[in-house]
Amino acid sequence: MAAEVKKNKKPIKISTIIIYIVLILWAVTTVFPFIWVFMNSFKESQDVISNSFAWPKAFELMNYEKAFRRVNIGMAYRSSLIISGSVMVGVMILSSMMAFAMTRYQFKGKKVVDALIKGSLMFPVFATIIPVMAMMVKVGFINSGNLLAAILPQIAGNLSFAAIVMMGFLRGLPLEMEEAAYMEGAGVAKVFTRIIIPLSKPSLATVAIFCFLWSYNDLFTQSCLVRKKALLPICALLKQISSIYGTDYGLMAAAVTLIVVPVMIVYILLQKNIVKGLTAGAVKG
Amino acid sequence: MLYKKKWPLIVFLIPGLIMMGVFLYYPFISNIGNSFYNMSSVVRMPGVELNFIGLENYKNLFKDPYIKIALKNSFLMMILTVIFQVGLALVFAILVNSIRRGQQLFRTLYFFPVVISASALGLLFKLFYDYNGGMLNQILEKMGKEPVMWLSESLAFTMISIPVLWSYVGFYFVIILTGICDIPDDVYEAAAIDGCSGFKSVFYITVPLLRGVLCTCITLAVTGALKVFDLPWMLAEKGAPNGTTHFLGTYMYHTAFSNNNFDYGSTIALFIVVVGVIVSKAVDFIVKPDKNL
Repeated sequence: MAAEVKKNKKPIKISTIIIYIVLILWAVTTVFPFIWVFMNSFKESQDVISNSFAWPKAFELMNYEKAFRRVNIGMAYRSSLIISGSVMVGVMILSSMMAFAMTRYQFKGKKVVDALIKGSLMFPVFATIIPVMAMMVKVGFINSGNLLAAILPQIAGNLSFAAIVMMGFLRGLPLEMEEAAYMEGAGVAKVFTRIIIPLSKPSLATVAIFCFLWSYNDLFTQSCLVRKKALLPICALLKQISSIYGTDYGLMAAAVTLIVVPVMIVYILLQKNIVKGLTAGAVKG
Repeated sequence: MLYKKKWPLIVFLIPGLIMMGVFLYYPFISNIGNSFYNMSSVVRMPGVELNFIGLENYKNLFKDPYIKIALKNSFLMMILTVIFQVGLALVFAILVNSIRRGQQLFRTLYFFPVVISASALGLLFKLFYDYNGGMLNQILEKMGKEPVMWLSESLAFTMISIPVLWSYVGFYFVIILTGICDIPDDVYEAAAIDGCSGFKSVFYITVPLLRGVLCTCITLAVTGALKVFDLPWMLAEKGAPNGTTHFLGTYMYHTAFSNNNFDYGSTIALFIVVVGVIVSKAVDFIVKPDKNL
Protein backbone atom coordinates (compact mmCIF):
# COMPACT_ATOMS: atom_id res chain seq x y z
CA MET A 1 0.00 0.00 0.00
CA ALA A 2 2.71 2.46 1.03
CA ALA A 3 4.46 2.07 -2.29
CA GLU A 4 1.27 2.74 -4.16
CA VAL A 5 0.50 5.90 -2.24
CA LYS A 6 3.87 7.30 -3.23
CA LYS A 7 3.34 6.42 -6.85
CA ASN A 8 0.05 8.27 -6.91
CA LYS A 9 1.36 11.34 -5.26
CA LYS A 10 3.92 12.58 -7.75
CA PRO A 11 2.51 12.67 -11.25
CA ILE A 12 -1.20 13.34 -11.13
CA LYS A 13 -2.84 10.63 -13.16
CA ILE A 14 -4.99 11.58 -16.12
CA SER A 15 -7.69 9.23 -14.88
CA THR A 16 -7.88 11.14 -11.61
CA ILE A 17 -8.35 14.39 -13.50
CA ILE A 18 -11.15 12.86 -15.57
CA ILE A 19 -12.82 11.55 -12.41
CA TYR A 20 -12.71 15.00 -10.86
CA ILE A 21 -14.11 16.59 -14.01
CA VAL A 22 -17.03 14.14 -14.11
CA LEU A 23 -17.78 14.63 -10.42
CA ILE A 24 -17.55 18.40 -10.64
CA LEU A 25 -19.87 18.44 -13.66
CA TRP A 26 -22.58 16.64 -11.69
CA ALA A 27 -22.01 18.93 -8.73
CA VAL A 28 -22.60 21.86 -11.08
CA THR A 29 -25.98 20.42 -12.06
CA THR A 30 -27.03 20.15 -8.43
CA VAL A 31 -25.92 23.66 -7.48
CA PHE A 32 -26.25 25.80 -10.58
CA PRO A 33 -30.09 25.75 -10.81
CA PHE A 34 -30.34 27.25 -7.35
CA ILE A 35 -27.76 29.95 -8.08
CA TRP A 36 -29.56 30.74 -11.32
CA VAL A 37 -32.91 31.12 -9.62
CA PHE A 38 -31.38 33.18 -6.81
CA MET A 39 -29.79 35.56 -9.32
CA ASN A 40 -33.00 35.96 -11.26
CA SER A 41 -35.08 36.65 -8.20
CA PHE A 42 -33.52 40.13 -8.16
CA LYS A 43 -34.44 40.97 -11.75
CA GLU A 44 -37.45 42.40 -13.52
CA SER A 45 -39.38 39.76 -15.43
CA GLN A 46 -38.26 41.39 -18.67
CA ASP A 47 -34.61 40.86 -17.80
CA VAL A 48 -35.23 37.26 -16.79
CA ILE A 49 -36.69 36.58 -20.22
CA SER A 50 -34.09 38.45 -22.22
CA ASN A 51 -30.96 37.45 -20.36
CA SER A 52 -31.29 35.11 -17.43
CA PHE A 53 -27.57 34.37 -17.26
CA ALA A 54 -26.44 37.91 -16.59
CA TRP A 55 -25.60 38.99 -13.08
CA PRO A 56 -28.41 41.18 -11.70
CA LYS A 57 -27.72 44.89 -12.12
CA ALA A 58 -28.53 45.59 -8.52
CA PHE A 59 -29.84 43.43 -5.70
CA GLU A 60 -33.29 44.93 -5.79
CA LEU A 61 -35.98 43.35 -3.69
CA MET A 62 -39.05 44.28 -5.74
CA ASN A 63 -39.97 40.65 -6.42
CA TYR A 64 -39.84 39.83 -2.74
CA GLU A 65 -41.92 42.89 -1.91
CA LYS A 66 -44.42 41.80 -4.53
CA ALA A 67 -44.50 38.27 -3.11
CA PHE A 68 -45.17 39.53 0.39
CA ARG A 69 -47.75 42.06 -0.81
CA ARG A 70 -49.75 39.96 -3.28
CA VAL A 71 -49.83 36.74 -1.34
CA ASN A 72 -49.40 36.38 2.34
CA ILE A 73 -46.03 34.65 2.48
CA GLY A 74 -45.55 35.58 6.12
CA MET A 75 -48.72 33.68 7.06
CA ALA A 76 -47.63 30.76 4.91
CA TYR A 77 -44.34 30.52 6.77
CA ARG A 78 -46.29 30.65 10.02
CA SER A 79 -48.60 27.80 8.91
CA SER A 80 -45.67 25.74 7.71
CA LEU A 81 -43.80 26.28 10.95
CA ILE A 82 -46.82 25.38 13.08
CA ILE A 83 -47.61 22.27 11.04
CA SER A 84 -44.08 20.98 10.62
CA GLY A 85 -43.02 21.94 14.13
CA SER A 86 -45.98 20.12 15.70
CA VAL A 87 -45.45 17.10 13.48
CA MET A 88 -41.81 17.03 14.51
CA VAL A 89 -42.49 17.27 18.25
CA GLY A 90 -45.42 14.85 18.11
CA VAL A 91 -43.45 12.23 16.25
CA MET A 92 -40.43 12.61 18.54
CA ILE A 93 -42.52 12.02 21.65
CA LEU A 94 -44.70 9.21 20.34
CA SER A 95 -41.95 7.34 18.52
CA SER A 96 -39.54 7.35 21.47
CA MET A 97 -42.33 6.13 23.77
CA MET A 98 -43.25 3.35 21.37
CA ALA A 99 -39.64 2.38 20.87
CA PHE A 100 -39.12 2.26 24.65
CA ALA A 101 -42.10 -0.03 25.10
CA MET A 102 -41.07 -2.26 22.20
CA THR A 103 -37.48 -2.71 23.31
CA ARG A 104 -37.82 -2.86 27.10
CA TYR A 105 -40.92 -4.98 27.62
CA GLN A 106 -41.97 -8.48 26.71
CA PHE A 107 -45.68 -8.89 26.15
CA LYS A 108 -48.23 -10.95 24.32
CA GLY A 109 -48.82 -9.75 20.80
CA LYS A 110 -45.48 -8.01 20.54
CA LYS A 111 -44.90 -9.56 17.14
CA VAL A 112 -48.26 -8.31 15.93
CA VAL A 113 -47.49 -4.77 17.05
CA ASP A 114 -44.10 -4.98 15.40
CA ALA A 115 -45.74 -6.10 12.15
CA LEU A 116 -48.31 -3.31 12.43
CA ILE A 117 -45.58 -0.70 12.77
CA LYS A 118 -43.57 -2.03 9.84
CA GLY A 119 -46.65 -2.72 7.74
CA SER A 120 -47.85 0.85 7.87
CA LEU A 121 -44.74 1.87 5.94
CA MET A 122 -46.38 0.20 2.96
CA PHE A 123 -49.36 2.54 2.75
CA PRO A 124 -48.87 5.32 0.25
CA VAL A 125 -50.63 8.50 1.29
CA PHE A 126 -52.94 8.13 -1.72
CA ALA A 127 -54.61 5.12 -0.14
CA THR A 128 -55.58 6.87 3.09
CA ILE A 129 -56.20 10.46 2.08
CA ILE A 130 -59.91 10.34 1.15
CA PRO A 131 -61.16 8.73 4.39
CA VAL A 132 -58.83 10.98 6.39
CA MET A 133 -60.30 13.97 4.63
CA ALA A 134 -63.82 12.75 5.35
CA MET A 135 -62.88 12.38 9.01
CA MET A 136 -61.49 15.90 9.15
CA VAL A 137 -64.58 17.33 7.49
CA LYS A 138 -66.79 15.51 10.00
CA VAL A 139 -64.98 16.87 13.05
CA GLY A 140 -65.04 20.29 11.42
CA PHE A 141 -61.29 20.85 11.21
CA ILE A 142 -61.22 21.49 7.47
CA ASN A 143 -64.00 24.04 7.36
CA SER A 144 -62.77 25.91 10.40
CA GLY A 145 -59.23 25.89 9.08
CA ASN A 146 -57.86 24.01 12.05
CA LEU A 147 -54.30 23.07 11.19
CA LEU A 148 -54.67 19.86 13.22
CA ALA A 149 -56.30 18.52 10.07
CA ALA A 150 -52.86 18.36 8.47
CA ILE A 151 -50.84 17.81 11.65
CA LEU A 152 -52.43 14.62 12.98
CA PRO A 153 -52.31 12.55 9.76
CA GLN A 154 -48.72 13.64 9.14
CA ILE A 155 -47.73 12.57 12.65
CA ALA A 156 -49.24 9.15 11.99
CA GLY A 157 -47.62 8.97 8.56
CA ASN A 158 -44.12 9.65 9.88
CA LEU A 159 -44.52 7.64 13.06
CA SER A 160 -43.62 4.22 11.73
CA PHE A 161 -40.38 5.38 10.13
CA ALA A 162 -39.44 7.22 13.32
CA ALA A 163 -40.36 4.30 15.58
CA ILE A 164 -38.19 1.95 13.51
CA VAL A 165 -35.21 4.30 13.71
CA MET A 166 -35.69 4.75 17.46
CA MET A 167 -36.15 1.01 18.08
CA GLY A 168 -32.89 0.31 16.28
CA PHE A 169 -31.14 2.87 18.44
CA LEU A 170 -32.62 1.83 21.78
CA ARG A 171 -31.81 -1.83 21.13
CA GLY A 172 -28.15 -0.91 20.92
CA LEU A 173 -28.22 1.15 24.10
CA PRO A 174 -26.61 -0.62 27.11
CA LEU A 175 -29.06 -1.36 29.92
CA GLU A 176 -26.74 -0.70 32.91
CA MET A 177 -27.68 2.93 33.48
CA GLU A 178 -31.38 2.17 33.43
CA GLU A 179 -30.92 -0.82 35.70
CA ALA A 180 -28.97 1.23 38.21
CA ALA A 181 -31.55 4.01 38.24
CA TYR A 182 -34.42 1.55 38.50
CA MET A 183 -32.81 -0.28 41.40
CA GLU A 184 -32.28 3.04 43.16
CA GLY A 185 -36.00 3.49 43.06
CA ALA A 186 -36.59 5.72 40.05
CA GLY A 187 -39.95 5.07 38.41
CA VAL A 188 -40.34 4.13 34.79
CA ALA A 189 -41.37 7.67 33.88
CA LYS A 190 -38.23 9.04 35.46
CA VAL A 191 -36.01 6.48 33.76
CA PHE A 192 -37.59 7.39 30.45
CA THR A 193 -37.34 11.16 30.75
CA ARG A 194 -34.01 11.38 32.59
CA ILE A 195 -32.04 8.56 31.00
CA ILE A 196 -33.55 7.27 27.78
CA ILE A 197 -34.38 10.64 26.22
CA PRO A 198 -31.00 12.31 26.91
CA LEU A 199 -29.12 9.22 25.72
CA SER A 200 -31.02 8.97 22.46
CA LYS A 201 -30.40 12.55 21.39
CA PRO A 202 -28.53 11.62 18.18
CA SER A 203 -31.31 9.48 16.76
CA LEU A 204 -33.98 11.85 18.04
CA ALA A 205 -32.18 14.53 16.04
CA THR A 206 -32.42 12.40 12.91
CA VAL A 207 -36.10 11.79 13.48
CA ALA A 208 -36.72 15.48 14.13
CA ILE A 209 -34.91 16.71 11.04
CA PHE A 210 -36.64 14.29 8.73
CA CYS A 211 -40.11 14.74 10.05
CA PHE A 212 -39.69 18.47 9.75
CA LEU A 213 -38.36 18.35 6.19
CA TRP A 214 -40.89 15.79 4.97
CA SER A 215 -43.75 17.69 6.46
CA TYR A 216 -42.49 21.03 5.14
CA ASN A 217 -42.08 19.57 1.66
CA ASP A 218 -45.29 17.52 1.54
CA LEU A 219 -47.45 19.21 -1.08
CA PHE A 220 -49.97 16.40 -1.40
CA THR A 221 -51.20 16.15 2.20
CA GLN A 222 -51.10 19.90 2.66
CA SER A 223 -53.09 20.74 -0.41
CA CYS A 224 -55.69 18.10 0.49
CA LEU A 225 -56.15 18.93 4.15
CA VAL A 226 -55.59 22.68 4.41
CA ARG A 227 -58.37 24.26 2.43
CA LYS A 228 -58.47 27.77 3.90
CA LYS A 229 -56.63 30.14 1.59
CA ALA A 230 -55.33 32.33 4.39
CA LEU A 231 -53.74 29.35 6.12
CA LEU A 232 -52.05 27.63 3.18
CA PRO A 233 -48.56 26.44 4.07
CA ILE A 234 -45.65 27.52 1.93
CA CYS A 235 -45.57 24.71 -0.65
CA ALA A 236 -49.29 24.83 -1.29
CA LEU A 237 -49.18 28.62 -1.57
CA LEU A 238 -46.38 28.46 -4.13
CA LYS A 239 -48.41 26.07 -6.21
CA GLN A 240 -51.10 28.73 -6.28
CA ILE A 241 -48.68 31.51 -7.09
CA SER A 242 -47.42 29.52 -10.03
CA SER A 243 -50.89 29.03 -11.44
CA ILE A 244 -51.94 32.67 -10.97
CA TYR A 245 -48.73 34.61 -11.63
CA GLY A 246 -47.00 31.94 -13.72
CA THR A 247 -45.85 34.48 -16.29
CA ASP A 248 -44.21 36.80 -13.80
CA TYR A 249 -40.80 35.15 -13.95
CA GLY A 250 -39.12 37.43 -11.45
CA LEU A 251 -41.84 36.70 -8.89
CA MET A 252 -41.61 32.96 -9.56
CA ALA A 253 -37.86 33.03 -9.03
CA ALA A 254 -38.35 34.91 -5.76
CA ALA A 255 -40.97 32.36 -4.71
CA VAL A 256 -38.62 29.45 -5.32
CA THR A 257 -35.90 31.24 -3.37
CA LEU A 258 -38.28 31.84 -0.48
CA ILE A 259 -39.19 28.16 -0.27
CA VAL A 260 -35.59 26.94 -0.62
CA VAL A 261 -33.81 29.29 1.76
CA PRO A 262 -35.15 27.95 5.11
CA VAL A 263 -34.41 24.39 4.04
CA MET A 264 -30.96 25.40 2.83
CA ILE A 265 -30.12 26.98 6.17
CA VAL A 266 -31.25 23.86 8.04
CA TYR A 267 -29.29 21.70 5.60
CA ILE A 268 -26.05 23.64 5.90
CA LEU A 269 -26.25 23.70 9.69
CA LEU A 270 -27.14 20.04 10.12
CA GLN A 271 -25.92 18.37 6.94
CA LYS A 272 -23.90 15.67 8.68
CA ASN A 273 -26.89 14.54 10.72
CA ILE A 274 -29.14 14.68 7.71
CA VAL A 275 -26.98 12.68 5.33
CA LYS A 276 -26.12 10.02 7.90
CA GLY A 277 -29.54 9.84 9.49
CA LEU A 278 -31.52 9.42 6.33
CA THR A 279 -29.47 6.57 4.99
CA ALA A 280 -29.55 4.76 8.33
CA GLY A 281 -33.32 5.07 8.42
CA ALA A 282 -33.76 4.14 4.79
CA VAL A 283 -31.66 1.00 4.92
CA LYS A 284 -33.34 -0.24 8.06
CA GLY A 285 -36.80 0.68 6.87
CA MET B 1 -37.09 -8.06 31.37
CA LEU B 2 -36.06 -5.25 33.62
CA TYR B 3 -39.33 -3.57 34.47
CA LYS B 4 -41.74 -5.59 36.57
CA LYS B 5 -44.92 -3.61 36.37
CA LYS B 6 -46.67 -3.98 33.07
CA TRP B 7 -49.07 -1.07 33.15
CA PRO B 8 -46.61 1.59 31.93
CA LEU B 9 -46.37 -0.44 28.77
CA ILE B 10 -49.90 0.59 27.89
CA VAL B 11 -49.20 4.25 28.52
CA PHE B 12 -46.13 4.14 26.28
CA LEU B 13 -47.55 2.09 23.47
CA ILE B 14 -51.19 3.03 23.15
CA PRO B 15 -51.00 6.70 22.03
CA GLY B 16 -48.82 5.82 19.05
CA LEU B 17 -50.90 2.81 18.13
CA ILE B 18 -54.08 4.86 18.33
CA MET B 19 -52.58 7.41 15.93
CA MET B 20 -51.63 4.67 13.49
CA GLY B 21 -54.97 2.98 13.82
CA VAL B 22 -57.02 6.12 13.34
CA PHE B 23 -54.99 7.75 10.57
CA LEU B 24 -53.47 4.80 8.72
CA TYR B 25 -55.20 1.47 9.26
CA TYR B 26 -58.79 2.63 9.57
CA PRO B 27 -58.58 4.94 6.51
CA PHE B 28 -56.88 2.22 4.50
CA ILE B 29 -59.69 -0.23 5.17
CA SER B 30 -62.35 2.42 4.80
CA ASN B 31 -60.77 3.32 1.46
CA ILE B 32 -61.31 -0.24 0.25
CA GLY B 33 -64.94 0.01 1.32
CA ASN B 34 -65.39 3.32 -0.49
CA SER B 35 -64.35 1.78 -3.77
CA PHE B 36 -67.60 -0.23 -3.82
CA TYR B 37 -69.89 2.78 -3.39
CA ASN B 38 -70.84 5.72 -5.51
CA MET B 39 -69.46 8.80 -3.82
CA SER B 40 -69.61 12.31 -5.21
CA SER B 41 -68.40 14.04 -2.08
CA VAL B 42 -65.90 13.20 0.62
CA VAL B 43 -68.51 12.95 3.35
CA ARG B 44 -72.00 11.62 3.01
CA MET B 45 -74.37 14.57 2.65
CA PRO B 46 -77.44 14.37 4.88
CA GLY B 47 -80.28 12.74 3.02
CA VAL B 48 -78.08 11.36 0.27
CA GLU B 49 -77.78 7.60 0.35
CA LEU B 50 -74.60 6.01 -0.87
CA ASN B 51 -75.31 3.64 -3.71
CA PHE B 52 -73.64 0.29 -3.60
CA ILE B 53 -72.22 -0.24 -7.06
CA GLY B 54 -70.21 -3.39 -6.42
CA LEU B 55 -67.38 -4.00 -8.78
CA GLU B 56 -68.33 -1.23 -11.22
CA ASN B 57 -65.19 0.78 -10.42
CA TYR B 58 -62.98 -2.23 -10.89
CA LYS B 59 -64.50 -2.89 -14.27
CA ASN B 60 -63.85 0.74 -15.17
CA LEU B 61 -60.27 0.34 -14.13
CA PHE B 62 -59.72 -2.10 -16.97
CA LYS B 63 -61.51 0.03 -19.55
CA ASP B 64 -60.05 3.41 -18.61
CA PRO B 65 -57.57 4.55 -21.28
CA TYR B 66 -55.99 7.07 -18.89
CA ILE B 67 -55.15 4.47 -16.29
CA LYS B 68 -53.23 2.64 -19.00
CA ILE B 69 -51.24 5.79 -19.75
CA ALA B 70 -50.67 6.40 -16.05
CA LEU B 71 -49.60 2.81 -15.46
CA LYS B 72 -47.31 2.87 -18.47
CA ASN B 73 -45.72 6.13 -17.34
CA SER B 74 -45.29 4.85 -13.80
CA PHE B 75 -43.66 1.63 -15.00
CA LEU B 76 -41.41 3.56 -17.35
CA MET B 77 -40.48 5.80 -14.44
CA MET B 78 -39.56 2.73 -12.35
CA ILE B 79 -37.21 1.48 -15.05
CA LEU B 80 -35.69 4.93 -15.47
CA THR B 81 -35.17 5.35 -11.72
CA VAL B 82 -33.31 2.05 -11.53
CA ILE B 83 -31.11 2.88 -14.52
CA PHE B 84 -30.47 6.56 -13.87
CA GLN B 85 -30.91 7.10 -10.15
CA VAL B 86 -29.33 3.91 -8.84
CA GLY B 87 -27.01 3.49 -11.84
CA LEU B 88 -25.61 7.02 -11.80
CA ALA B 89 -25.44 6.93 -8.01
CA LEU B 90 -23.35 3.75 -8.17
CA VAL B 91 -20.96 5.28 -10.72
CA PHE B 92 -20.56 8.48 -8.72
CA ALA B 93 -20.11 6.57 -5.47
CA ILE B 94 -17.33 4.45 -6.97
CA LEU B 95 -15.67 7.55 -8.41
CA VAL B 96 -15.94 9.56 -5.20
CA ASN B 97 -14.61 6.62 -3.22
CA SER B 98 -11.53 6.52 -5.46
CA ILE B 99 -10.52 10.14 -4.84
CA ARG B 100 -8.83 11.54 -1.77
CA ARG B 101 -9.85 15.16 -1.53
CA GLY B 102 -13.33 16.55 -1.46
CA GLN B 103 -15.36 13.42 -0.61
CA GLN B 104 -17.34 15.29 2.03
CA LEU B 105 -17.94 18.24 -0.30
CA PHE B 106 -19.35 16.03 -3.05
CA ARG B 107 -21.58 14.28 -0.53
CA THR B 108 -23.00 17.60 0.61
CA LEU B 109 -23.51 18.98 -2.90
CA TYR B 110 -25.00 15.82 -4.40
CA PHE B 111 -27.45 15.35 -1.56
CA PHE B 112 -28.69 18.93 -1.62
CA PRO B 113 -31.58 18.54 -4.13
CA VAL B 114 -32.97 15.67 -2.03
CA VAL B 115 -33.91 17.99 0.82
CA ILE B 116 -35.53 20.58 -1.44
CA SER B 117 -39.25 20.15 -1.83
CA ALA B 118 -40.45 18.80 -5.13
CA SER B 119 -42.80 21.75 -5.46
CA ALA B 120 -39.88 24.20 -5.44
CA LEU B 121 -38.05 22.03 -7.95
CA GLY B 122 -41.20 21.96 -10.05
CA LEU B 123 -41.41 25.75 -10.13
CA LEU B 124 -37.71 25.94 -10.91
CA PHE B 125 -37.96 23.61 -13.88
CA LYS B 126 -41.03 25.44 -15.07
CA LEU B 127 -38.79 28.47 -15.45
CA PHE B 128 -36.28 26.36 -17.38
CA TYR B 129 -38.84 24.89 -19.75
CA ASP B 130 -40.98 27.92 -20.46
CA TYR B 131 -41.52 28.56 -24.16
CA ASN B 132 -41.29 32.34 -23.95
CA GLY B 133 -37.89 33.06 -22.51
CA GLY B 134 -37.35 29.96 -20.38
CA MET B 135 -33.72 29.14 -19.71
CA LEU B 136 -33.45 26.32 -22.26
CA ASN B 137 -34.96 28.38 -25.05
CA GLN B 138 -32.64 31.26 -24.22
CA ILE B 139 -29.69 28.94 -24.72
CA LEU B 140 -31.14 27.75 -28.03
CA GLU B 141 -31.70 31.33 -29.10
CA LYS B 142 -28.08 32.23 -28.36
CA MET B 143 -26.97 29.34 -30.52
CA GLY B 144 -29.19 30.67 -33.26
CA LYS B 145 -31.79 27.90 -33.11
CA GLU B 146 -35.57 27.92 -33.01
CA PRO B 147 -37.22 27.73 -29.57
CA VAL B 148 -38.75 24.39 -28.63
CA MET B 149 -42.03 23.56 -26.87
CA TRP B 150 -40.44 21.57 -24.08
CA LEU B 151 -43.69 20.37 -22.56
CA SER B 152 -45.35 19.36 -25.81
CA GLU B 153 -46.87 15.93 -26.12
CA SER B 154 -43.79 14.24 -27.56
CA LEU B 155 -41.30 15.74 -25.08
CA ALA B 156 -43.33 16.17 -21.89
CA PHE B 157 -42.63 12.78 -20.34
CA THR B 158 -38.89 13.08 -20.88
CA MET B 159 -38.78 16.62 -19.57
CA ILE B 160 -40.75 15.66 -16.46
CA SER B 161 -38.55 12.63 -15.83
CA ILE B 162 -35.34 14.66 -15.87
CA PRO B 163 -35.97 16.59 -12.63
CA VAL B 164 -37.56 13.54 -10.97
CA LEU B 165 -34.49 11.44 -11.71
CA TRP B 166 -31.91 14.18 -11.15
CA SER B 167 -33.19 15.23 -7.74
CA TYR B 168 -32.83 11.83 -6.08
CA VAL B 169 -29.47 10.61 -7.42
CA GLY B 170 -27.81 12.07 -4.32
CA PHE B 171 -29.99 9.96 -2.02
CA TYR B 172 -28.86 6.63 -3.49
CA PHE B 173 -25.35 8.01 -3.91
CA VAL B 174 -25.02 8.46 -0.15
CA ILE B 175 -26.49 5.04 0.63
CA ILE B 176 -24.16 3.31 -1.85
CA LEU B 177 -21.11 5.31 -0.75
CA THR B 178 -21.78 4.30 2.86
CA GLY B 179 -21.99 0.70 1.64
CA ILE B 180 -18.67 0.98 -0.19
CA CYS B 181 -16.98 2.45 2.88
CA ASP B 182 -18.16 -0.59 4.87
CA ILE B 183 -16.27 -2.98 2.59
CA PRO B 184 -13.09 -3.86 4.51
CA ASP B 185 -9.82 -2.69 2.96
CA ASP B 186 -8.11 -6.07 3.30
CA VAL B 187 -10.39 -7.53 0.62
CA TYR B 188 -8.95 -5.05 -1.86
CA GLU B 189 -5.44 -5.57 -0.59
CA ALA B 190 -5.67 -9.32 -0.99
CA ALA B 191 -7.08 -8.87 -4.49
CA ALA B 192 -4.35 -6.40 -5.40
CA ILE B 193 -1.72 -8.96 -4.45
CA ASP B 194 -3.42 -11.44 -6.75
CA GLY B 195 -3.23 -8.90 -9.55
CA CYS B 196 -6.77 -7.54 -9.41
CA SER B 197 -6.93 -3.77 -9.10
CA GLY B 198 -8.46 -0.67 -10.65
CA PHE B 199 -11.41 -1.37 -12.91
CA LYS B 200 -11.28 -5.10 -12.30
CA SER B 201 -11.66 -4.70 -8.56
CA VAL B 202 -14.76 -2.59 -9.12
CA PHE B 203 -16.45 -5.36 -11.08
CA TYR B 204 -15.22 -8.33 -9.10
CA ILE B 205 -15.27 -6.90 -5.57
CA THR B 206 -17.17 -3.66 -5.11
CA VAL B 207 -20.31 -4.43 -7.09
CA PRO B 208 -20.80 -8.04 -5.87
CA LEU B 209 -20.26 -6.99 -2.25
CA LEU B 210 -22.75 -4.17 -2.65
CA ARG B 211 -25.51 -6.52 -3.68
CA GLY B 212 -27.55 -6.08 -0.52
CA VAL B 213 -27.25 -2.31 -0.60
CA LEU B 214 -28.11 -2.17 -4.30
CA CYS B 215 -31.13 -4.35 -3.69
CA THR B 216 -32.36 -1.96 -1.01
CA CYS B 217 -31.78 0.96 -3.36
CA ILE B 218 -33.66 -0.67 -6.22
CA THR B 219 -36.62 -1.50 -3.97
CA LEU B 220 -36.69 2.08 -2.66
CA ALA B 221 -36.35 3.51 -6.17
CA VAL B 222 -39.12 1.40 -7.64
CA THR B 223 -41.60 2.02 -4.82
CA GLY B 224 -40.57 5.68 -4.83
CA ALA B 225 -41.39 5.89 -8.53
CA LEU B 226 -44.93 4.78 -7.71
CA LYS B 227 -45.31 7.68 -5.27
CA VAL B 228 -44.18 10.37 -7.71
CA PHE B 229 -46.64 13.19 -7.42
CA ASP B 230 -45.40 16.70 -6.68
CA LEU B 231 -43.07 17.26 -9.62
CA PRO B 232 -45.37 16.13 -12.41
CA TRP B 233 -48.23 17.98 -10.75
CA MET B 234 -46.24 21.22 -10.68
CA LEU B 235 -44.88 20.89 -14.21
CA ALA B 236 -47.89 19.52 -16.04
CA GLU B 237 -51.06 19.83 -14.02
CA LYS B 238 -53.81 17.30 -14.75
CA GLY B 239 -51.54 15.27 -17.00
CA ALA B 240 -51.25 18.06 -19.54
CA PRO B 241 -51.05 17.85 -22.50
CA ASN B 242 -54.11 15.62 -23.03
CA GLY B 243 -53.50 13.39 -20.05
CA THR B 244 -50.31 12.01 -21.57
CA THR B 245 -48.17 12.77 -18.54
CA HIS B 246 -50.37 11.20 -15.88
CA PHE B 247 -48.72 9.01 -13.30
CA LEU B 248 -50.75 6.75 -11.01
CA GLY B 249 -50.49 9.26 -8.16
CA THR B 250 -51.42 12.33 -10.16
CA TYR B 251 -54.25 10.48 -11.89
CA MET B 252 -55.65 9.41 -8.54
CA TYR B 253 -55.56 13.00 -7.26
CA HIS B 254 -57.06 14.29 -10.48
CA THR B 255 -59.91 11.76 -10.42
CA ALA B 256 -60.75 12.28 -6.78
CA PHE B 257 -60.19 15.98 -6.26
CA SER B 258 -60.59 17.63 -9.67
CA ASN B 259 -63.42 15.43 -10.91
CA ASN B 260 -64.94 14.72 -7.47
CA ASN B 261 -65.10 11.04 -8.35
CA PHE B 262 -64.07 9.85 -4.91
CA ASP B 263 -65.06 6.22 -5.26
CA TYR B 264 -63.04 5.75 -8.44
CA GLY B 265 -60.18 7.66 -6.82
CA SER B 266 -60.25 5.17 -3.93
CA THR B 267 -60.16 2.34 -6.43
CA ILE B 268 -57.08 3.80 -8.10
CA ALA B 269 -55.46 4.30 -4.70
CA LEU B 270 -56.01 0.64 -3.87
CA PHE B 271 -54.67 -0.27 -7.29
CA ILE B 272 -51.49 1.71 -6.48
CA VAL B 273 -51.04 -0.31 -3.28
CA VAL B 274 -51.52 -3.59 -5.14
CA VAL B 275 -49.06 -2.60 -7.86
CA GLY B 276 -46.60 -1.52 -5.15
CA VAL B 277 -46.77 -4.85 -3.33
CA ILE B 278 -46.46 -6.85 -6.56
CA VAL B 279 -43.54 -4.79 -7.81
CA SER B 280 -41.58 -4.93 -4.57
CA LYS B 281 -42.11 -8.69 -4.38
CA ALA B 282 -40.94 -8.94 -7.99
CA VAL B 283 -37.83 -6.90 -7.21
CA ASP B 284 -37.10 -9.16 -4.25
CA PHE B 285 -37.48 -12.17 -6.49
CA ILE B 286 -35.31 -10.82 -9.30
CA VAL B 287 -32.50 -9.24 -7.29
CA LYS B 288 -32.75 -11.72 -4.39
CA PRO B 289 -30.76 -10.17 -1.59
CA ASP B 290 -28.74 -12.46 0.63
CA LYS B 291 -30.85 -13.95 3.37
CA ASN B 292 -28.73 -12.42 6.11
CA LEU B 293 -29.10 -8.84 4.90
